[in-house]
Amino acid sequence: MKFLAPFKLAARALRRNKMRSLLTMLGVIIGVGSVIASVSITTGATKQVEDKVASLGQNVVTVFSGNFSSGGMKGGWGSAPTLTVDDSRAIKNEVANVVAVSPEVRDREQILANGQNWNTQVIGESPDYPQIRDWNIASGGMFTEGDVRALGKVAIIGKTVVDQLFVNDDPIGQTLIVRNIPFKIVGVLESKGFNLFGQDQDDVVIIPYTSHMRRITSRNFVNSIMVQAASKDSINQVQQDINTLLLDRHKSAEPDFTVRSQLELMQMATQTSRIMSVLLGAIASVSLIVGGIGIMNIMLVSVTERTREIGIRMAVGARARDILIQFLIEAVTLSAFGGLLGIALGMGAAKITSHFTGWPTLTPFAWIGIACISSAAIGIVSGFYPAWKASRLDPIEALRYE
Amino acid sequence: MNAVIKLADIHKVYHTGEVDVHAVRGVSLDIQPGEFVAIMGSSGSGKSTLMNMIGCLDRPTGGNYFLDGLDVSTLDRDQRAKIRNDKIGFVFQGFNLLSRTTALENVEMPMLYNHKRVPSAEQKERASKSLDLVGLAARADHKPNQLSGGQQQRVAIARALVNQPSLLLADEPTGNLDSQTSIEIMGVFQKLNDAGITIIMVTHELDVARYTKRMIILRDGKILTDEKVAERLSAENELKNLRLAQEAVKLA
Repeated sequence: MKFLAPFKLAARALRRNKMRSLLTMLGVIIGVGSVIASVSITTGATKQVEDKVASLGQNVVTVFSGNFSSGGMKGGWGSAPTLTVDDSRAIKNEVANVVAVSPEVRDREQILANGQNWNTQVIGESPDYPQIRDWNIASGGMFTEGDVRALGKVAIIGKTVVDQLFVNDDPIGQTLIVRNIPFKIVGVLESKGFNLFGQDQDDVVIIPYTSHMRRITSRNFVNSIMVQAASKDSINQVQQDINTLLLDRHKSAEPDFTVRSQLELMQMATQTSRIMSVLLGAIASVSLIVGGIGIMNIMLVSVTERTREIGIRMAVGARARDILIQFLIEAVTLSAFGGLLGIALGMGAAKITSHFTGWPTLTPFAWIGIACISSAAIGIVSGFYPAWKASRLDPIEALRYE
Repeated sequence: MNAVIKLADIHKVYHTGEVDVHAVRGVSLDIQPGEFVAIMGSSGSGKSTLMNMIGCLDRPTGGNYFLDGLDVSTLDRDQRAKIRNDKIGFVFQGFNLLSRTTALENVEMPMLYNHKRVPSAEQKERASKSLDLVGLAARADHKPNQLSGGQQQRVAIARALVNQPSLLLADEPTGNLDSQTSIEIMGVFQKLNDAGITIIMVTHELDVARYTKRMIILRDGKILTDEKVAERLSAENELKNLRLAQEAVKLA
């Protein structure tokens, strides 16, 4: 038997009963469609969260003061005064694979500039900060280590602050007043958008951490320390080493700080959508199984209906194998075609969902492959029994069948 | 000359329930190339069972069956399928064409199962030739429901011939046809037989059997008589007579 011949036969047989073929396929169409749609939506959601976490920076390990991993009432991230600038120096000098460190102090302030005022986040950082956050400077430049040592009155500002205070002016070189202290604007950051918690990351003024601690907030502790590991592979080691180092430095049995890596954040943030995708996937697989049962059912009916045809084919020389292949291919054609329609339907549904809800959706290429393969597999599994039954028919009996 | 078919003491016993049914009880028979044989007998005489065995659809439970010199009585399912495909053409009482499939495609069907692949252009060509042989070349694109009974049976004959079998087996080929169409079909068989094709036909109508060359009558699973057809009819003449008679009726 020629390779293509069974496919032609299958196509012809299925065309003969268009409505029935379509209804039979519907099970697989809906099954595959819902798999693809749910995967697209959850992947889109996961991707969005991942992007947010990635916007935190490159290979970032963050040390927060205070411990929020154990029970009891705690003051919240960065509230307990336990981390010092010395801690950050120790991290930079003593922990291997650390490429950049920035002690961080945060505060909200009313700022004035250009005859306007604006309430924004004023943070103190080291010159390493843009590198750690993987955050480019759009114009001007970052303040220097010299500015840090000299408690320099210099600042770089985010896009939102520029929009609020310098509508038509170039902010570089202009003066910005924080608590009556004039800071010279030396750089403007590129826009970074909202972070994982929905905060506008561009609504920020960044000054040297020393200036922040001495000139504005008058304190000796930092809220957190941002650390950049050399590579993704060294993140976990860096996290552990920082933990050990700080435990030793703070001489406390219970850590009074928390070290979080970007990897952990990524895992925490995407956990919900992972659970969702497993659940949706399970529901969708059930409908695929139902679709398979539908195909088996119709194929059994079809074999009975076409008993005489099977008899004729056997009489003129079709072997059991030829009949088996013919019906198997018919079932596979049904399910594979249903699978393709399902993929189209699923992607369409995802697009429509995306259009009306604004959720980002993404159909991973691998899942299209998985959908194709599994729908073909369903055809083979559900078509095998009917096809086997057809191939076992006795030609004499089959020819006599009315 | 070597016999196309050599049956040596063929038996067939069906084991159905408690009683064994002995359908064929020792049939021995030689059929030479170019013969045109009618197998007759009442129902239960074993003629259908014998036909199924000759057609390699079934296996005898005793004795040997040589087709073209090859012992086919011991072959398995797939081997018999190959023999049917290569050496035997079937014509049935109910035509057994695939519905909603054109005459040409029906005729092509056996080539789908040929051991050696036949290119589709050659398939078409051979099928057309075969249809031409039964005088239906003009109806190649028609589907069975667009054809008369006689035409459908011709398509079935064309299908049986397409693999150039050594043997054409017809099981009550005129059973579903009116008398004039029956004669036409017998005419087709006679023409094919004249061209050298061996034909074995099962029938219970003596009228139809008289178009063949040799008549075998079975009773209770045994051969009762096996003789040459004495006054053989020619389908051509019979049709001519029929036409004359019809015209005479019109004139009267």
